[in-house]
Amino acid sequence: MATAEDSVTQAAADTGNKMHWFWGKLNWDVFPFYDPLILGTFIATVILATGVLAFLTYKGLWGYLWKEWFTSVDHKKIGIMYMILATVMLFRGFTDAILMRIHQALASAGILEFLPSYHYDQVFTAHGVIMIFFVAMPFITGFMNYIMPLQIGARDVAFPFLNNLSFWLTFSGVILIMMSLFVGEFAATGWLAFPPLSLLEFSPGVGVDYYLWALNIAGIGTTLSGINLVVTIVKMRAPGMTWMRLPIFTWSTLVTNVLIVASFPVLTATLALLTADRYLGTHFFTNDMGGNAMMYINLIWIWGHPEVYILILPIFGLFSEIVATFTRKRLFGYTSMVYALCVITVLSYLVWLHHFFTMGAGADVNSFFGITTMIISIPTGAKLFNWLFTMYKGRISYELPMMWVIAFMVTFTIGGMTGVLLAVPPADYVLHNSLFLIAHFHNVIIGGVVFGVFAGITYWWPKAFGFHLDKFWGKVSLVGWVGGFYVAFMPLYILGLMGVTRRLSQFEDTSYAGLFALAAVGVAMIAVGLVAFFIQIAVSIRNKEALACGGDPWGSGRTLEWSTSSPPPHYNFAFTPRVYGIDAWHYMKTHNATPPTSNYDAIHMPRSTMSGIAIAALMTAMGFALVWHMYWVALASFAATLTWGIAHTFNYNRDFYVSASEVSRIESGRAAATPAE
Amino acid sequence: MPKNHLWLILPALLLLSGCDLVLLNAAGDVAAQQGDLIIYSTILMLIVILPVIIMTIVFAIKYRESNKSAIYEPEWDHSVSLEIVIWAVPLAIVICLAGLTWVATHRLDPYADLPRISAEKAIDPDVKPLTIQVTAMDWKWLFIYPEYGVASVNEVAGVVDRPVEWKLTSTTVMNAFYIPDMVGMIYAMAGMETELNGVMNSTGTFRGIASHYNGAGFSKMDFEYLSLDQAGFDDWIAKAKAAPQKLDRESFLELDEPTIDHEVTYYNSVEEELWNRVINMCVAEGQVCMHDMMTMGAHHDRKSGESHKHHETNIKFPELNPSHDSDENKTLPASPKESKPALEAN
Amino acid sequence: MSTQVIETEDDLDFYVTPKPDSASDGHPDTHQDYEHENGTMLGFWIYLMSDCLIFGILFAVYAVVGQNYALGPTPAELFEIDKILLATFFLLFSSITYGFAVINMNQNKKATMMLWLLVTGAFGVGFLVLEAMEFAHLLHLGAGPDVSAFLSSFWFLVGTHGLHVAGGVIWLLVLLVQVLIFGLTPANRRRVLCLSLFWHFLDLIWIGVFSFVYLTGVII
Repeated sequence: MATAEDSVTQAAADTGNKMHWFWGKLNWDVFPFYDPLILGTFIATVILATGVLAFLTYKGLWGYLWKEWFTSVDHKKIGIMYMILATVMLFRGFTDAILMRIHQALASAGILEFLPSYHYDQVFTAHGVIMIFFVAMPFITGFMNYIMPLQIGARDVAFPFLNNLSFWLTFSGVILIMMSLFVGEFAATGWLAFPPLSLLEFSPGVGVDYYLWALNIAGIGTTLSGINLVVTIVKMRAPGMTWMRLPIFTWSTLVTNVLIVASFPVLTATLALLTADRYLGTHFFTNDMGGNAMMYINLIWIWGHPEVYILILPIFGLFSEIVATFTRKRLFGYTSMVYALCVITVLSYLVWLHHFFTMGAGADVNSFFGITTMIISIPTGAKLFNWLFTMYKGRISYELPMMWVIAFMVTFTIGGMTGVLLAVPPADYVLHNSLFLIAHFHNVIIGGVVFGVFAGITYWWPKAFGFHLDKFWGKVSLVGWVGGFYVAFMPLYILGLMGVTRRLSQFEDTSYAGLFALAAVGVAMIAVGLVAFFIQIAVSIRNKEALACGGDPWGSGRTLEWSTSSPPPHYNFAFTPRVYGIDAWHYMKTHNATPPTSNYDAIHMPRSTMSGIAIAALMTAMGFALVWHMYWVALASFAATLTWGIAHTFNYNRDFYVSASEVSRIESGRAAATPAE
Repeated sequence: MPKNHLWLILPALLLLSGCDLVLLNAAGDVAAQQGDLIIYSTILMLIVILPVIIMTIVFAIKYRESNKSAIYEPEWDHSVSLEIVIWAVPLAIVICLAGLTWVATHRLDPYADLPRISAEKAIDPDVKPLTIQVTAMDWKWLFIYPEYGVASVNEVAGVVDRPVEWKLTSTTVMNAFYIPDMVGMIYAMAGMETELNGVMNSTGTFRGIASHYNGAGFSKMDFEYLSLDQAGFDDWIAKAKAAPQKLDRESFLELDEPTIDHEVTYYNSVEEELWNRVINMCVAEGQVCMHDMMTMGAHHDRKSGESHKHHETNIKFPELNPSHDSDENKTLPASPKESKPALEAN
Repeated sequence: MSTQVIETEDDLDFYVTPKPDSASDGHPDTHQDYEHENGTMLGFWIYLMSDCLIFGILFAVYAVVGQNYALGPTPAELFEIDKILLATFFLLFSSITYGFAVINMNQNKKATMMLWLLVTGAFGVGFLVLEAMEFAHLLHLGAGPDVSAFLSSFWFLVGTHGLHVAGGVIWLLVLLVQVLIFGLTPANRRRVLCLSLFWHFLDLIWIGVFSFVYLTGVII
């Protein structure tokens, strides 16, 4: 019988209550030198980072990066930065996944407890937080940022500076999460940090504080970005683009951002209340003094369930574009697609309780939420049928994005089925918190969001960079991911049916070992898929001359982003297109529209600004100082943030005109997009 | 992409034979019905899922670019009848599933008394359900038998075919109580009492777990459920009665200190009103019971200007009458009468 | 092809091109037949809605735990309704004075507008002073946010509103400086209107706080 003191987080004990007036809780003991794994990771990261920084310095790229990227308000560059950020964090989150699979495979076989429990608990928390907030979210925000303005024929988003700020606030969250790896600890509470576990009494370390400040700062960025993109779609569509002529991806962007605006404030408020419980001693979610932890669980899922649709809806939109492009056919049932999106948006607010049927609500309440959950599967099912009937009587060319679509349709259908199964409350009583649940949501998130992200990257890469991605390595990546997914998660479904619950780090019998080993093989296959993806990019960059393409690289693009060159000029369109129907570019091609090549006009564009990165940097400092209770630093950086923000509003000189002669020069230099058909 | 499909079946075929799918093959009637529900719902959904997957594969192959014999209609994008079908078929399935859900959720309501012992056996009105009061602690389970006046840690016994009425609470973070072979899980939360009804239809030793992550000792917070015949159960009770220690407020608090993988322990008796104190979070001396303090302001004994250390306001026991009942209290069915028969002094 | 209205195909003009008679680079606005409407007001509206949701959550939290006094003080013991009423009137009047400011702005009376804005700001500061006094009083009574769930939710709801008002006052001062330096430019007019929305919004929230928290607290 081990006492808890032996094994409860060492880091938490170290970060104890020693408080310094300036340094707060920060002292030398918080650096986890005692853990060889973290120390090794730390050294590797430092070497890698030094290498990258040295390379950039050697090449003299800092000025370029600062001028052309970090301070840029160009939605395309911000979109690409989101994608890079998400890819880097995918690597981090995936490393956590590998650690977990290795640990469970070894521990269930009784061979070795690879990670101590307090470390394992941080790993699964970090995996969830990173994958949702700093991989999936930046990926979809990246797509929406890059593609949507092009699809509606706009030159940028409605608030370009805000867009830049949103990105850097997300980055700020990433910095805080990454710092928690080396300075102190991360939360060991699960990705939603349910109280009372996440309260000071049960989690005395700084892990939950890192979680709270990282998510709060990044959450502000997401909300701002949501507002920005909604206004962009409402106000900045090209002439003639009525609501029912919006490309379906833009529709999905619109409903997604409506969801963001209507759900992230809930997250912000909820996390703020938890923060108050930890910092001010309030009693919102405490066991005693009238607090109510169930309230947190309700509130967080009122955000959490729409969040699921925030992730998947843009991916639905993206698949719709891809299916139409590669079947060389008009999307089947555009109108019902749009209605399905809207119905899902509304319904996503009526299902949150299905995340905790087991909390003990009555049978009426549970069945109500179970049934509303099932109702969501109707519009979702309709969308699947629409893709199917788009393929029907089409001419499907199997380029990489289309292969991902097929993999998605099969995989997602299975995930949807297990999801509806979990929506049956009595079934959920036995399946809740089990590995079956884990398998289900990875089935829809990997099978839906991740496959969608790869489909989207291969689909729009030629647009963003002017050359195709290598097909061979793309196929390797596809096989690795799709095969690896099934090998990794089908065993988890079975383990769930065997009554194995999630988040276990120690096992008492070895009967699960075989399935856990198989799951570990699966994750290795996914690793191959991920590495193949990086190789694919490297190979494609090396061969970019051979892979070069024009404005409409697939030859069957239907929406406006394909009507400009690849990559587009920073003002997107020399002449704003006019829209006469759904699939504007397809229509233009069939009517032999040729863009004028003279008589250019000056173009109104926003200026770059360093305010975004500066404010985000100050807020990162503030977040870090608050995590460690360095209140003076926090106060100073908050004041500085405010001051900078106010100073920024004194800058009225935020835009400029690209002169007609400059436009003419750029236009003559770029590969003209020519109608292909 | 037919190979996706292969990946799906392959591991299942290889490994299913060696797996004990307890959820689909449970020893207790309630869990067995919940397992059946998994199967029925799956079959119902496969009516629409299978055609979708098959159509995906068929269309993907048939309408490939190289197959010039397939029809190609690039402008065909709408068909009212088809769209009615693709909305109506899932709708029909969902209506069936919703009916099933409504009925099953009410029939298998964890709070409701069991309607039957098993498919073959009706409830015997003479046999009262065995009430077991469960407290989740960091990181162990305490079981109190009000009917027998004994308690145990990390081991619990029941009589085969006798319904068990579990009363759940926690002294710490949120937990879930789960015996996969018996009945699905319900959360155990501090300051309130939740309930779960189940029955075991065969003898044996079954695994019980904490199925809601609760911190460092989570993985080892499990216990054994001994499903015994009446004689075996009587022996087990006798064994507990023979234990040296008793469960009073002091030993309860001692037990409540965080430990991992606590050894199986028995208590020969349980202090009066202990359970009520546990669910009202006032086991420790000087703590005010929750249903006394929840909605009550400290109007009588406080002067303005004085700082409140309301913890110190001492309300004496046994004053557990819920005189200040409010909505908040109604979520805590902690009325004293429930535990009256429970008491068994040493 | 359902939604398209197509003229004869030759008529279609696929690109927004400058009108042939227009000339130089200098005044591009004049020769675009298509310009985007400014989205600032819409964006600000959406922001307010999201902020409204935050307050909605805080109200909901108050509704759930606002009666859990946990042996701490109750609203009837704490609230000094006369002072609260005064604060309420301050805020209500400030909304009216802001309205006067906007009317004056629309008439291009810069000085009067600034005067009314100053009055509005003064009311806002008055409100904040009263609120600070109330908070100090509560602390003096030992009714801080850590005493009970009721007080936690009360402090958080009222405090969040107070922080918004403080933010509004700072914004107002900044805006006064900007109007003074740069005049009533279109950008500044937009800002005045945005702040006006913000100010009225806070007023609305306060009416909710006043009736839902204070009045109910005192009556029940």
